[in-house]
Amino acid sequence: MGEFRARLGGHLHLLRAQARAQASYRMSFAIDLATNVSATVLDVATVIVLFTVTDLVGGFRLEESLVMAGLGLCAFNLADLTVGNIERIRLYVRTGLMDAVLVRPLGPLGQLLAMDLPLRKVSRFLFAAAVLAVALLRADVDWTPARVAFALVAPLAGAVFFGAIFVGTASVAFWWIESGEVGNAFTYGGRDFTSYPVTVYDGWFRRVFAYGLGFAFVAYQPALALLGRADPLGLPAWAGWAAPLVCVPAALVAGLVWRTGVRHYRSTGS
Amino acid sequence: MGLFDATVRTIPHQKFVGQITTFWIIAVSGFRRYATYRQATVAGTFTNTIFGFLRCYLFLAVAGGAVVGGYTPEQLATFVWVAQGLLAVVLLWGPPELADRIRTGEVVSDLLRPIDPVHSMLAADLGRAWHAVLTRCVPPVLVGMLFFDLYLPVRWHTPPLFAVSVVLAVVITFCCRFLVNCTAYWLLDVRGPISLWTLGSGVVAGLYFPLRFLPEPALLSLWLLTPLPSLFQAPLDVLVERDATPVQFGIVALQGLWAAIMLLLCRVVQRRAERRLVIQGG
Repeated sequence: MGEFRARLGGHLHLLRAQARAQASYRMSFAIDLATNVSATVLDVATVIVLFTVTDLVGGFRLEESLVMAGLGLCAFNLADLTVGNIERIRLYVRTGLMDAVLVRPLGPLGQLLAMDLPLRKVSRFLFAAAVLAVALLRADVDWTPARVAFALVAPLAGAVFFGAIFVGTASVAFWWIESGEVGNAFTYGGRDFTSYPVTVYDGWFRRVFAYGLGFAFVAYQPALALLGRADPLGLPAWAGWAAPLVCVPAALVAGLVWRTGVRHYRSTGS
Repeated sequence: MGLFDATVRTIPHQKFVGQITTFWIIAVSGFRRYATYRQATVAGTFTNTIFGFLRCYLFLAVAGGAVVGGYTPEQLATFVWVAQGLLAVVLLWGPPELADRIRTGEVVSDLLRPIDPVHSMLAADLGRAWHAVLTRCVPPVLVGMLFFDLYLPVRWHTPPLFAVSVVLAVVITFCCRFLVNCTAYWLLDVRGPISLWTLGSGVVAGLYFPLRFLPEPALLSLWLLTPLPSLFQAPLDVLVERDATPVQFGIVALQGLWAAIMLLLCRVVQRRAERRLVIQGG
C-alpha cells in the first residue's frame, strides 16, 4: 500500500510539473486550447456539411448520425486525452529516451502518459460530450432508466476501447522503429470510421474494421440501442446493448502486446 | 542597422548557372534524405490508403449514385484517392524543423551559407515532394483504381496542367509551412501557430470535403482571400475536369499568382527575421 502511494505520488509529481511547464507559454497554451476544441468542432461540422448535400447518409438522418458521431468522438477524445500521448513512444524509442524511462522506479506506461499530458485536449472532450448530449435530446430517444445509464456507459467503454487501440498500435514502435504511423490508420482512422454509420462502408473493408477489429461496437451498435432502431445489417437488438463489452478483450490484448513490447525493447544504443 | 546584420550575400560570380546547379544539388539531397526512411514511407502509405477507403466509401454514400457538388461518383472517387496520394506530396503537416532550429539557435549556420535560405529550403522540399510522388502518391492511387471506379481525365491538356498545378501547390504549401515556422523568430514556442495551421489548412484546402459542397460566396472568398484552396482543391478540380477548359486554366493561373505572392512574402519575412535574430544576439 505504501509503495502504491509512493508510486502515485511520483506520477502526480510528474503531472504537476507538466501542467506548470505547459502553462508557462501562456499565449501558445491559450491558442492550443482554442484550436483543440476547433478540431472536434470541424469533425462535427464535416458531418453537417455532408448532410447539406443529401438527406440520408448510409440510410440514417442527420440527428441519428450525430448520435453516432457524438459517441465516437466522446470515446476517442477521452482516450486521446488520457492515453493518446502513447503515440510519442516512437520518438522515445528512436531517441533512446526510453532508456531513461525504464530505469526509473515507476511503471513505464504511467510515466510516458504523464510526460506530456495534453491538458489542452480537455476542451475537445467537453465539446464532444456536448454534441452527444444535444444529439440525444434532438433524436427522439424513448428514454428509460436503462437507456440513461447506457448513454453514460457507452462512451466510457468506447474510450477504453480506443485506449486499447492507442496502446496496442503504439507498441509497434518496439519492433519497427520508424513505422509508428501505421497506428494512425487505426486511431485517427478509427475515429473517422466510428463517426459515421457502418452502413456507409462496404465489402471486406467493413468486415475488417467494423467486426474484425470491433469498431462497430464503439458507436454504431450502441447508437442503434439508444435510438431503438433495428440494425439494417442484421445483428440482433441485444448486440447493441452488449457492444460495450468489446472493450474488455481489446484492453486485455493491448496490455499483452504492450508488455511483450517492453520486454522486447532493446536500446538504440545512442 | 544594416551594417552588421545576418543578411545573406550570394557569391557574385556564380550568378545564374551556379545558382541553378546549387538548387538542383540541394533538391537531390532532399530526395535522398527521404529515401533513407523506407519503413516510415511504407507506414505512411499504408495509413493514407486506409484513409482513402474510409473517405471514398463515405463520399460515395453521400452521393448515393447521384451528382453532388457537380461531381459524379467516379469524379468523387478520383478526388478522394488522389487527395490521399497528394497528402504527402503537398505536405501540409511536417515536423517543425525550422522552428526547432530557430529556438535552439542552430539556424545561424543556415544563414551563413552563400545561398538564400528560402531558396535552399524550397529546393530541399521539392526533392522531398518528388520522392513522395514516387513512393506515397502512386501506391494509394493504384489501390483506389483496383477497388473503385475512378474517373480518368479525357482532355489531352489535363495531365500536363495537373502536373503544373501540383508543382505550384507544393511551392505554396512550402511557403505556408515556412511562414508558420518563422513565427518562432518572434514567439519561440510555435505550438499555437502550428496547431492553428494544422486545423485551418485541412478544411480550407479541400481535404475534409470538396469545397464545392460549400455555398458559392463562401467558396469564392476562400479562393480569392487565402492560398489554401490552391493546395488541394485546385489540382484535384483540374484533374477530375469538374469545370470547362477555360476555368481549368484559370484555376492554375490563380495558383501561379498565389505562388508568387507567397514566395515574396517568405523573402520579406526572412529579411525581417534576420534582423530580429541579430538583435537577440543569436
